[in-house]
Amino acid sequence: MSSWLRPVLPWLGVSIFLSLFFLYPLARILWLGLNTAALKILDHASLLLAFHSFLFTFYQAALSTLLTLVLGLPAAFLFVRYDFQGKSLLRVLTAIPFMLPTVVVAAGFNALLGPRGWVNLGLMDLFHLQSAPVSIIGTLGVILLAHVFYNTTIVIRLVGNALSHLDPCLEQAARTLGAAPPRVLTHVTLPLLRPSILAASILVFIFDFTSFGVILLLGGPGFSTLEVEIYKQAMQIFNLPLAGLLSLIQLLCTLAFSILYSRIVSRNAVTSAPRAAGTNLRKACTFRQKFFLGGMVLLLLGLFLLPLVSLPLRSLTRLEADRGQRGQVSYGITGDYYTELFINRSDSIFYVPPFEAIGNSLGYAAVTVILSLALGFPVASALARPRRLERLLDPILMLPLGASAVTLGLGFIVTFNRPPMALVTSPLLVPLAHTLIALPFVIRSLQPALASIPDRLRQAAASLGASPRRVWFAVDWPIVARATISAAVFAFTVSLGEFGATSLVVRPEYPTMPIAIARFLSQPGGMNYGQAMAMATVLMVVCGIGILLIERLRLPGAGEF
Amino acid sequence: MLELITIHKSYEGQPLLRGISGTVAAGETVCLLGPSGSGKSTLLRIIAGLETYEQGQVCWDGMDLAPVPVHQRGFGLVFQDYALFPHLNVAENVAFGLKMQNLAGTETGLRVANILEMVNLTGFGDRRVTDLSGGEQQRVALARALAPNPRLLMFDEPLSALDRNLREQLINELRRILHQSGIPAIYVTHDQEEAFTLADRVLLLHDGSIVRSGTPEQVWSDPRSVWAAHFLDAGNVVSGIVMSNTRPFRVETPAGMFELDCGDVHSAGEKVNILVSRRGVRQAADGIVSGIVVDVIFRQDSFKVTLENGLDFYLPVAPRMGEKIYLTAPATGIKCLL
Repeated sequence: MSSWLRPVLPWLGVSIFLSLFFLYPLARILWLGLNTAALKILDHASLLLAFHSFLFTFYQAALSTLLTLVLGLPAAFLFVRYDFQGKSLLRVLTAIPFMLPTVVVAAGFNALLGPRGWVNLGLMDLFHLQSAPVSIIGTLGVILLAHVFYNTTIVIRLVGNALSHLDPCLEQAARTLGAAPPRVLTHVTLPLLRPSILAASILVFIFDFTSFGVILLLGGPGFSTLEVEIYKQAMQIFNLPLAGLLSLIQLLCTLAFSILYSRIVSRNAVTSAPRAAGTNLRKACTFRQKFFLGGMVLLLLGLFLLPLVSLPLRSLTRLEADRGQRGQVSYGITGDYYTELFINRSDSIFYVPPFEAIGNSLGYAAVTVILSLALGFPVASALARPRRLERLLDPILMLPLGASAVTLGLGFIVTFNRPPMALVTSPLLVPLAHTLIALPFVIRSLQPALASIPDRLRQAAASLGASPRRVWFAVDWPIVARATISAAVFAFTVSLGEFGATSLVVRPEYPTMPIAIARFLSQPGGMNYGQAMAMATVLMVVCGIGILLIERLRLPGAGEF
Repeated sequence: MLELITIHKSYEGQPLLRGISGTVAAGETVCLLGPSGSGKSTLLRIIAGLETYEQGQVCWDGMDLAPVPVHQRGFGLVFQDYALFPHLNVAENVAFGLKMQNLAGTETGLRVANILEMVNLTGFGDRRVTDLSGGEQQRVALARALAPNPRLLMFDEPLSALDRNLREQLINELRRILHQSGIPAIYVTHDQEEAFTLADRVLLLHDGSIVRSGTPEQVWSDPRSVWAAHFLDAGNVVSGIVMSNTRPFRVETPAGMFELDCGDVHSAGEKVNILVSRRGVRQAADGIVSGIVVDVIFRQDSFKVTLENGLDFYLPVAPRMGEKIYLTAPATGIKCLL
């Protein structure tokens, strides 16, 4: 093999894949968007729509970020400063939503607060009302609530981490110098936490800005962010030029925020000296401390536990009439919603029994796992011992993270709609899109594990008489196997829950679970609603097992955001 | 005046401080000397109000400080690793306490400049504290604690992270500054040299109790307990039996017969531990202590001579190895220990 080819080889697969399925579609979108902007082919109303959806996206993201901080900052203090029973459980609870698929979260909030949810049906039953008293679904309120539910864990992690490494002597020094507790907070603690608060805010803002499923499924037709508007223009109105322009705006915004984020992170990487965590723990003693502790625990429990518990419970209970049933309705525990998933009714909204969506999802996920591992493994091994080529190409691998899922989907649609790559009708497009999204995660979870194997171990094994093959099995394999399983589970979970890109490229006759849930939720009738709950519960359980597996397999200390 | 009245404190069921009492008078520097784990830092933090305690009182001019929160006590504290605010520069660090008193800007600037001059850091105001050397950071920490003109200054092993030369230099500066300012001070350390250099009075802390207090000279020459004698390395500890009922008591030990002239009452047949000072002994043919020389070490102004029986002394002239020597020890160098 010639000498220049060897270092290039691991990058071959990824380069071809990313060029074909990411860079090229992206270029097509840019071209489409720039064309639209330059040629002025859009009417005034379209431009106004674009402007309005940009404004609303920004507005809801800013508001969501603010609320997330309002809850996340005291929560970070709670977890770092206070010692109480069940703390680690509560902390895990706040972290779960971040890894759950958006459709599951949407279904969870629907099961709790929707017109057929626990709160409304309960109140109706209690006070003999004719209509649902709480109508929060379809308002800005539920969008904000769901965003807070999703992203509070980012604030807790980033700010909490900074807080736990803060030298407690600094605050004590301020107190001995005459600063009352509120002034200690404003003059010492918060200024020292500023970089982490800023970083967390921008990260939360980016997630809120590119939020799709929550807005579409919970916000209803009244609210359109850039993401949702791209989807609507592309899939419902077939106005691809406007969709392209919106994607361009979206890309520019996420690019700007991402640059801002990495600048803040790199600027503040070195300032504070690391400190052992846990030196500043205290039990709540005074009345005010107890009040804070109790209030926060109740608030967090309510926000994070209720939607997660409402969903599976609702999927197993009949609380109302099914299909316009008159007369006696039987209330109680039921397995009907699950059995209904296996029946192909003529009046059903699918061409196939709904449970086939589960099969489709599993199939897509399997292909995604194989593809992303096959592409990611060689690259991760190369990155584990970076040379110039690796340092150069490393940032490019993370690029798909910067583009929103809907933009990726739109890219697929505008690129693969004609020969020689008329893939739009092929079900293969879905796992390709999922691989694109999962690949950065796969590489990032493989790379540190592969890099963590010290050469000295290999040399020691070799000097003890092991052949290269046996060295690999004795030293590399145990670590590699663990990391590979973890990466595979990651890819699997990402694929199962992916909604944004899928909703653009999916074939109607091969729905995935999230697509099926979204369709069920958009249809009237108690049975459709029940099936949405049932399928969302299945998805939640599968993803939950995946999350647990990843946590178990994670190398200690590796993997922050 | 600071007054401590039988302070008790335990941590996770283990007693940490067992009834500490003491005073710090105006202008006085008191050193809390003790090994790590003796509870001295905890006591300091209790006085500052940063730590709770189960029993006792911390009083200032007769008033119990229990209801007074940390920030209203007016006690300056210099931390072991300085605890300088990394987000503020040198001048802002020093000005922090003045800002908390809502002092006017011009006045603050003047006071900060004065204090920086006092600690030999003139011109350092705009520097970042993270760019300073250990000794400079220590000076900033001192300046910051001094600036608001505290009623009491407290030091928690402030020099332990610095090397020997710097420590010596800083301890002398600190001595000068404490004298100049006249602020009463409590200085916590495990290093007796630091304590003896700075202290008007030393409190020796062991296992949560004060086992000896007095001027450095008193504590050193008469540590009063076997533990203290060992901790200070004040001399040879020898156990023996009292042979007479009247002063000076004669104490017979394996190393020889000593004359003990102390304030305590002893009776014949009683077992005692005595401290035999290493200095002041001389070689004499009729000496009461005898032994074969097993080691001689040159110590600049004298020779440290170790005998076969484990005792060691400082002698002006080096004996030969293996030689049997006779020494006389003056009664002033003999103390009884509990």
